Amino acid sequence: MPIAHEFDYVKPASLEEAVAILAERPGAQVLAGGTDLVGWLRDEFVEPSVLVDIKGLDGLHGIEFADGILSIGSLTTFTELIESETVRSHAPLLYEMGRTVASTGIRNRATVVGNICSAVPCCDAGPVLLVYDAIVHATGIAGARTIPIREWFVGNKRTVLPPDEIVTGVTIRLPMCGHGAAYVKLGRYRGEDLAQASVAVVSLPGNAYRIAFGAVAATPVRAQRIEAVLEGRELDQSAVDAAKGLVPEETSPITDVRASQEYRELMLPIMLERGLRAAVARRDGEGPEYGTRFI
Amino acid sequence: MKTTITLNVNGEEREVDVEPSDTLLDVLRAKIGVKSPKVGCERGDCGSCTVLLDGKSVRSCLVLAIEADGQGVITVEGLARDGANELQEAFVETNAFQCGFCAPGTVLSVSELLAKNPSPTVEEIKESISGNLCRCTGYEPIVEAVLTLTGKGTK
Repeated sequence: MPIAHEFDYVKPASLEEAVAILAERPGAQVLAGGTDLVGWLRDEFVEPSVLVDIKGLDGLHGIEFADGILSIGSLTTFTELIESETVRSHAPLLYEMGRTVASTGIRNRATVVGNICSAVPCCDAGPVLLVYDAIVHATGIAGARTIPIREWFVGNKRTVLPPDEIVTGVTIRLPMCGHGAAYVKLGRYRGEDLAQASVAVVSLPGNAYRIAFGAVAATPVRAQRIEAVLEGRELDQSAVDAAKGLVPEETSPITDVRASQEYRELMLPIMLERGLRAAVARRDGEGPEYGTRFI
Repeated sequence: MKTTITLNVNGEEREVDVEPSDTLLDVLRAKIGVKSPKVGCERGDCGSCTVLLDGKSVRSCLVLAIEADGQGVITVEGLARDGANELQEAFVETNAFQCGFCAPGTVLSVSELLAKNPSPTVEEIKESISGNLCRCTGYEPIVEAVLTLTGKGTK
C-alpha cells in the first residue's frame, strides 16, 4: 500500500537550518531512521507538511564517554550502539537492551533517540534510560535545553518535546562505583517482535536498586515503591518476595494483540526476580555475561 | 513535488523521478524494474523487502526513496550477475529455497553477516535471519546452507 499523504522533504546541512525550518513550517516532522515514522505515514497516523531529514547533520553522530558521562548522539543506530566498545565496557546494559531490538535490518536504521521520540509504550530504550536517569538534550530556535528522562514520556506515543525542537542526543551519568544491571524482555519470538513486557534493573553497591518497566503502562515507568522497599536490603528471598508483591501497584498492563493482561501480570514478577538476581550477581562480578536472554 | 534522485542499483547508476512519499521498495520494483525485493507486510516485520543500502541490510518498505539519494543499493540480482554466487549455490544444495518468497531477503541478510563475520556460529546465523520470516518454515536448511559454505559441515 503506497503512502497516500503528500508531503515535502528537506535535508538540512546544519542544525540551525533544521530548527529554522521546524519553526517556520507548521506540521514539520523530524525524520531520522524512519522505522516507526514510515509505518505511521502509511497508516496516516501522522500527516506532516514536510519531513526534515536530520541524517545530514554530522554533529548528531557518535558515542562518547568522558568524565563518567556517556553521550549518545541522536543519529546513533541500535547497530552502532551494540557494536560500540565504549558501550560494551561502560554501559553493557545498553548493549543487552540493544541486542533485543528487532533484527539487524531494523537496527541498522532505527536510532536509540528515535526509539524514545516515538515513545511507543514498549520501546526498549525507555526503561533502560529511566534506570540511568538519562538526560535528553533538545534544541529549538530559542536555543538548547535539557529534559530529565523521568519528565520525557507523557503518554502513549507522546513526549514533552514540542514540534519545533530537535533532540540532539541523550547523556547518562554512569554510577562511579561498580554496578550490575540486567534487561529482561518478554516477546513471542526473536526477530521483529515488540516487547510484551520488559524490565530494566540496576544494582548499586550498598544494596540500592533502580527498576523500570516497559509495555505495561501508557509509558515506560520507574518503579519507585519497589526501589524503596529494597533500599539497603540484601537480595534474599524475603526481599525478592516483597519486591514481587509490589508489581501490581507499579504496573497496569492491558490486553492487546501481543499478550493478555493476565499473561503480563503473571510474567512480570518472574521477570523482575530474574532481573534483580542477574543484576546483583553481575554487580558482584558473577552472573551471566551481558547479552544473555533471561526468558 | 517530484525530485530526481540518483541510485546506484547493483553497480549501475540510475536516475529516477520520485515523490517524497515513494518508498525505496516501490521505486525499485515499479520504476527501476528490480523485482526481487518483495512486497510483504510493509511494516518492517517480515524482511521480504530487504536490500543492502550502502552495504547494510534495510527494510526497503521503511525507507523513502528520496532518503537513499546518492546511495548504493544491492539486491540479489546484483549478487547473481555472473550466475548464482557461492551462497546461492549453497542454498540450492541444501534445498533452502522452498517457495522462494523470502529467499532474496534471507540471502541478503546472510550476505551481510558473512561480510562481517566469515565464520559465524549457528546462533549468529540464526540471529542474522531472525528478521526474515519464512512461512514454509524452512529455517534449518538455511542454517545448513551457511554452515556448508563456511566449511563447518552440517549441524
